[in-house]
Amino acid sequence: MAVTQLIGAKIHRREDPRLVSGHGRYIDDLNRPGQVYATFVRSPYAHAKIQKIDLTEAKAAAGVRAVYTAKDFQGQVAGTHPTVAAFAPEKKTVPDRFPIASGEAAYQGEIVAVVLADTKSAADDAANLVQVDYDVLPAVGDLEKALEPNSPKAHTDLADNLGWDMTLVPWEATDSAFGSAEVVVKERILQQRLAPTPMETRGVLAEYDTFDKRLTIWMSNQNPHFIRLFVGGALSLPESSVRVISQDVGGGFGSKISPYPEDYLVPAMARMGGRPVKWIETRTESIQNTTHGRGQIFDVEVAAKKDGTLLGMRLTQYLDLGAYHGTFGAFQACACVMAGGAYHWQGISARTVGVLTNKVPTDPYRGAGRPEATHLVERMLDRLAQEIGMDPIELRRKNFIQASEFPYTQNFGLVIDSGDYEKSLAKAMSIAGYDELRKRQADLRGKGRYLGIGVSTWIELCGFGPSALAGATAGVALVESAQVRVHPTGSVAVYTGTHSHGQGHETTFAQIVADTLGVPYEQVEIRHGDTNEGPSFGYGTYGSRSLAVGGMAIHRASQRVVDKAKKLAAHMLEAAEEDIVFDQGKFHVKGSPEKAKAMGEVAFAAYGAGLPEGMEHGLEAVAYFDPPNLVWPFGAHIAVVEVDPETGSVKFEKYVAVDDCGNVINPMVVEGQLHGGIVQGFSQALFEDVAYDEASGQLRTGTMLDYMVPTAVEIPDIQLDSTVTPTPVNDLGVKGIGEAGTIAASVAVINAITDAVSPFGITHVDMPASPDRLWKQIKEARGVSATSANGGGGAQA
Amino acid sequence: MIPAAFEYERATSVQQASELLQRFGEDAKVLAGGHSLIPLMRLRLSQPSALVDINPIKELDYITVEGGKLRVGALVRHVQLQNSDTVKQNLPILAEVADEVGDNQVRNLGSIGGVMAHADAAGDYPTLALILDAEIVTNKRRHAAKDFFKDIFTTPLEHDELVCEVVFPIANGPHKYIKFRRRLFDWAIVGAAAQKVDGGWRIGLTNVGPTPVRSTAVEQALASGASPADAAEHASDGLNPSADLRASADYKKHLARVLTRRAIEQASA
Repeated sequence: MAVTQLIGAKIHRREDPRLVSGHGRYIDDLNRPGQVYATFVRSPYAHAKIQKIDLTEAKAAAGVRAVYTAKDFQGQVAGTHPTVAAFAPEKKTVPDRFPIASGEAAYQGEIVAVVLADTKSAADDAANLVQVDYDVLPAVGDLEKALEPNSPKAHTDLADNLGWDMTLVPWEATDSAFGSAEVVVKERILQQRLAPTPMETRGVLAEYDTFDKRLTIWMSNQNPHFIRLFVGGALSLPESSVRVISQDVGGGFGSKISPYPEDYLVPAMARMGGRPVKWIETRTESIQNTTHGRGQIFDVEVAAKKDGTLLGMRLTQYLDLGAYHGTFGAFQACACVMAGGAYHWQGISARTVGVLTNKVPTDPYRGAGRPEATHLVERMLDRLAQEIGMDPIELRRKNFIQASEFPYTQNFGLVIDSGDYEKSLAKAMSIAGYDELRKRQADLRGKGRYLGIGVSTWIELCGFGPSALAGATAGVALVESAQVRVHPTGSVAVYTGTHSHGQGHETTFAQIVADTLGVPYEQVEIRHGDTNEGPSFGYGTYGSRSLAVGGMAIHRASQRVVDKAKKLAAHMLEAAEEDIVFDQGKFHVKGSPEKAKAMGEVAFAAYGAGLPEGMEHGLEAVAYFDPPNLVWPFGAHIAVVEVDPETGSVKFEKYVAVDDCGNVINPMVVEGQLHGGIVQGFSQALFEDVAYDEASGQLRTGTMLDYMVPTAVEIPDIQLDSTVTPTPVNDLGVKGIGEAGTIAASVAVINAITDAVSPFGITHVDMPASPDRLWKQIKEARGVSATSANGGGGAQA
Repeated sequence: MIPAAFEYERATSVQQASELLQRFGEDAKVLAGGHSLIPLMRLRLSQPSALVDINPIKELDYITVEGGKLRVGALVRHVQLQNSDTVKQNLPILAEVADEVGDNQVRNLGSIGGVMAHADAAGDYPTLALILDAEIVTNKRRHAAKDFFKDIFTTPLEHDELVCEVVFPIANGPHKYIKFRRRLFDWAIVGAAAQKVDGGWRIGLTNVGPTPVRSTAVEQALASGASPADAAEHASDGLNPSADLRASADYKKHLARVLTRRAIEQASA
């Protein structure tokens, strides 16, 4: 047996020297001889009929090669934009989506024309010369109004704006829970739209070889194989003739999973014009056109006993689809099936309603449904605790699924693999000094200061996904592939179908391979992001799946290599295979460790003469891993904030996160993922909000000045710790951690803020908790209580 | 995005800059630090026909005290104001405000003359200039600050007029500027300035209207002996701020009162 050396080691990411020294290979770093530049002409209106497009001036402009509109792509790009079979089979209205609008534009930013020119500036200049006559139509914005029968439609030819309406569990199923309730709390919880804002915006560079009829696409993407499948299909090219390369990708957060209009149009134009075409998304285009996350309203009711025993939940999710169904947009309905969180419930009734609006489509964004689920259940528990006068932690403990109950089948039939919620909570409380904090809070309140303590005992499901559970992953089997090649001289190349866009796979996967094969870490190279390399299909990276699924495929392929090497070693050592021991990268006969063959020696032999009878040459293996179940990380976060009631400002005092993702390959990478994830949760709680003008549907946050992403200065120190509860689902005992921070954090912050302002009688605060919003809420709450003795609070800082 | 095409000339003297501005005509713009102009050009919200780059003009880069006044050349960068001992000794509030402008990149390039000429309602220096009766000196004339900030992004500057200097009084008594914002590098949602000059308070507000505001009602209340809290209640008198993404009009008025009170209290402390 190989002794684990590298798995669990805190080693620096080997990709970082390249990435932090400006040597990353992003799309804008790449150029092809003879390339031309594309600038897209986009609808300035949320909803408009396209009356007439005049290209005369644009075509005549200096340096312009071509100007195209929808009709030019007929016969070049076939079919409509893909939408996965849901999750929600009860899809009602599904508008067809073509990559370029012809008769009608349904969101601000939808493409209506495109200019190709010799330089980027010439393309930009000429795009301004394209004259489009629009007839502005009423825009659909508000989700509830959109569902009214007399509402304007997001597309004029639609019967209604109802994208889907699916009851997962009917209301009657919780009649007994609500019938026996001693207390019922209700809340409407908003999830604002978020723009993913990766550091590297999207970009596509495409080149078509007219003679070989081969298409190469370089793009900033999380799953190149899916893009090959979609784009090859739309351009009627066999997958074998299409190569998609995504080298370094500067962040995705889910926004680079689905194919985009530009992903079809740029390759199509490379074929149409016979020249490579390059397009780099501007920041404003990114905020306007890259799919948004969240955009949901939840109406939630919780039934309980006065002693805090949870009975039932009823929830309706209204999801802002935007103008078209996002390719994987239906996945966000998993907010419903995860709504029970870490707790026992008699029953949960849930309904999801997808609503079409005149906005850019929504699609998965870091956490995709699980942050929303955590936010609503953890919010409702605090709401209930406040109602019955119980400490929110005591309420959680009373209702936790216990460590002894796993595997635990939750209310929607999913099996939670493992957990120990009490353990992570106890650790977080001890680090935060919870009891002391409560005393300090009481003390400060007496002095007119408003400290708030918020808890989030989050769980999630990730590691998408078992083919047997395809119904839970938007109808797609999300297994993973790997190929491990041991070259004659012992160096190892590993090809994975996952993709790294910040996750550090080049490091962590090499740690797994080095341990499994017993070769030095330095000899292992991890390759990803080129569909011409490795197994025939890969499934990409999202849903915290790379390690638990892709890492397992690598582990399995490595084991297959060891199995073959062991047979060969037995032959070389003239012993029976069952007498061979593999230890520290060397094979020896049981009892004779001094006469050993290293993996490198066996590899060399595998390509030469003298193989045993019937053994094929070579030392390499391919594996596909289909996980038996999803994996379920969990943890406990505690946020401490102080609210200035006079200005509504929120100041962080402390943030403690104790998370459990099973066995850890590289603690430093896990910490990095948690830091980034938690900050994205903070950012939703306090800062980010894609704002549209209500009447016109115009985007109001089109630059980084207006779309608020916090900087390091606004982020508090995060105290991380962990517990380790290995999953039984895979041999490595690992669970995903890429989204955990985001899933956990927004509600910890909002619970802390709500707790801080609870003396004013406030029971819920929506996101982002901006000073203006909080001030107004406090003012109104004070106004209500002011009728009695001269106002609550009265803190004058 | 890429700005629309424009002509570009570098000037090495005020004289040369004036000539270039005359030659290029009304659609030309002066390029100093460029931290407001370049983003506007990149978004094509501004499409000047020509840029006259004044960065090489050495004669506009100085901080001196002369005749009982603090004289600051138009090309003095935020970072110089922030670190200047002359400023710290003679008008410390200016150094403190500079310290809170943007981030390091902005402070290294952005200039005081550019801030004045741009006349953004959320600019911090214009508020100080207004309440301190500063003068904005150009290649043509001297403007009193109270006559300079006409409207949002609007000054009396003519197309060939170049801001050369800002002249402040010496004021090193009690002072405080509170810049209320969400992120460290943001513009003020509302800013409030309190500075004691010759025994009297000067009170001003940033971003509560199209131009900086001097709160004379607060000054008068303080002069007649009102407490900071009572006087600050007048900070929103007559204000009609516009709502934006960061704040409603009511909230800005509320902040005007709260921040004014805090600024006076903290300056006095």
